[in-house]
Amino acid sequence: MSETTTRPVFAADALIMIGRCVRLSRRNVDALLTSLLLPVILMLLFVYLFGGAIDTGTRYVTYVVPGVLLLCAGFGAASTAVSVTTDLTNGVVERFRTMDVSPTAILGGHVVASVVRNSVSTVLVLAVAVGIGFRPAFDPLRWTAAAGVLLLFLLAVSWLSAAFGLLARTPEAAGGFTFLVMFLPYPSSAFVPVETMPSWLRGFADHQPVTPVIETLRAMLLGTPAGSAPARAVAWCLGILAVAVLLAAVLFRRRVA
Amino acid sequence: MGTAPPAVETVELRKSYGGTVVLDGLTMRVARGSVYALLGPNGAGKTTTVRILATLTAPDGGAARVDGHDVVRDRRRVRRVISLAGQHAALDDQQTGTENLEMMARLAGLTRARARRRVADLVERFDLVEAAARRVATCSGGTRRRLDLAASLVGEPSVIFLDEPTTGLDPRSRQGLWEVVGELAGAGVTVLLTTQYLEEADRLADRIAVLHGGRLAAEGTASELKHRFGAHRLELTMRDAESFADAAHRLGDRVTRREPARLELGVTTDGSAPQVRDLLDEVDPGRRGLARFTVREATLDDVFLTLTGRPVTVDREVAGV
Repeated sequence: MSETTTRPVFAADALIMIGRCVRLSRRNVDALLTSLLLPVILMLLFVYLFGGAIDTGTRYVTYVVPGVLLLCAGFGAASTAVSVTTDLTNGVVERFRTMDVSPTAILGGHVVASVVRNSVSTVLVLAVAVGIGFRPAFDPLRWTAAAGVLLLFLLAVSWLSAAFGLLARTPEAAGGFTFLVMFLPYPSSAFVPVETMPSWLRGFADHQPVTPVIETLRAMLLGTPAGSAPARAVAWCLGILAVAVLLAAVLFRRRVA
Repeated sequence: MGTAPPAVETVELRKSYGGTVVLDGLTMRVARGSVYALLGPNGAGKTTTVRILATLTAPDGGAARVDGHDVVRDRRRVRRVISLAGQHAALDDQQTGTENLEMMARLAGLTRARARRRVADLVERFDLVEAAARRVATCSGGTRRRLDLAASLVGEPSVIFLDEPTTGLDPRSRQGLWEVVGELAGAGVTVLLTTQYLEEADRLADRIAVLHGGRLAAEGTASELKHRFGAHRLELTMRDAESFADAAHRLGDRVTRREPARLELGVTTDGSAPQVRDLLDEVDPGRRGLARFTVREATLDDVFLTLTGRPVTVDREVAGV
């Protein structure tokens, strides 16, 4: 991606693309509602239906909210795949290419819009959580750290999702990516402590990217010790981000050739 | 003007997709400010040619230049002078027409204020004032195509590619689009369009290239093509299968149309009485096999049939091939 020679043009194009994707996101009311309602419903389900039977050592709502926030972020970010595939199939990307808009700007528009959109929905889900009794320990520094990790996670999943969108042939197929991302929090510490899982599953739960991100959010929001979770979370997110950006560059070239 | 490069030029252009040869040495040249039609049936290579010229696909061999710039090496320069309106209306469904157009204008480098003025102009000119205020998702097919064409003009391109601009449009929308193309040509823009409609090529284009099997089968103005391939056609209806076979044998490869089921043969002629009389004698020396004949003016259909051996079909071309 060779926009280095024309930096001002690239920056201008990227801003236009971001504005476009934010506007399209705002108008996609169905997707917005789903990405908001699904985490909320899951949260209510877990807190009121299963929560009574799950012993986590704290009130269950306190335990589960960080996981729900991550699920909300991941699910919302994963829908980036659908937007990217839609662009590719309806000819818009070809027009942008004939107008010399760089692939980075085209995909970046979707990624940034996804980060913005899902930051907002995460805050809304957090507000609902407080409404049903979530009482975090407020500490500006730790909360900033939590927001930072969540943003990094959003960025990584959004790029990965964009790469998947370049792979999918139809928007419907691209939608499959959301299921994958939605499934990951289950075998993690999102809903139940990993210590309660059978050892083979625990091995997976301990070493998958979602667990350290959730553990970091939990520690930062509740004021408990975080251990090595933040470092592992950041490493996972940066790793995924690097792979996703590279993958997207390769796939874009292959897709449009 | 004499030294300026042609608007579009291809030399021995080649492209295959997975073993299927789509372009097999296409050489053509489009003069500045002209309307040029690529005419051909499905799979003739029309869309592929346009995609290569619009820098979307790289050729396997040969060269293509737009405004003197190589479409592979000087891709960015080419992109500055062209625009493409493809078979899809390449617009965001959930933005209004105006929003789409203003976005394209700003990508083309216009400031916000100039973009707004330019789009207001185009919307007025294309009679889209009402439609442009609505989200594209709610617009009819014809309106989308007009919006799409307007979108391709926001950057004031000097060469515009229209890939089957009227496929799937109702007659009224088609008429409207033809008028727009006429206006563009009047404004000095070079228009290269692909079509499977002979009528469209005949009406719009200064010159027509007939594509067949990835090569240029013929090129010229509509009337040149008609003359070169016979200004008139003699239509013969034979009395029975035996006389049909006999006449077909006598005419050999001069036959341009052959319908055994209806005992009909077509052959090109200059339409003069001596030639028609000679042909009739030649086909039916015994004066018993020929039932009826008519002489009519050649159409581009005849040219096409003569060149390709098959009629133009009206199915949509498979995108990208």
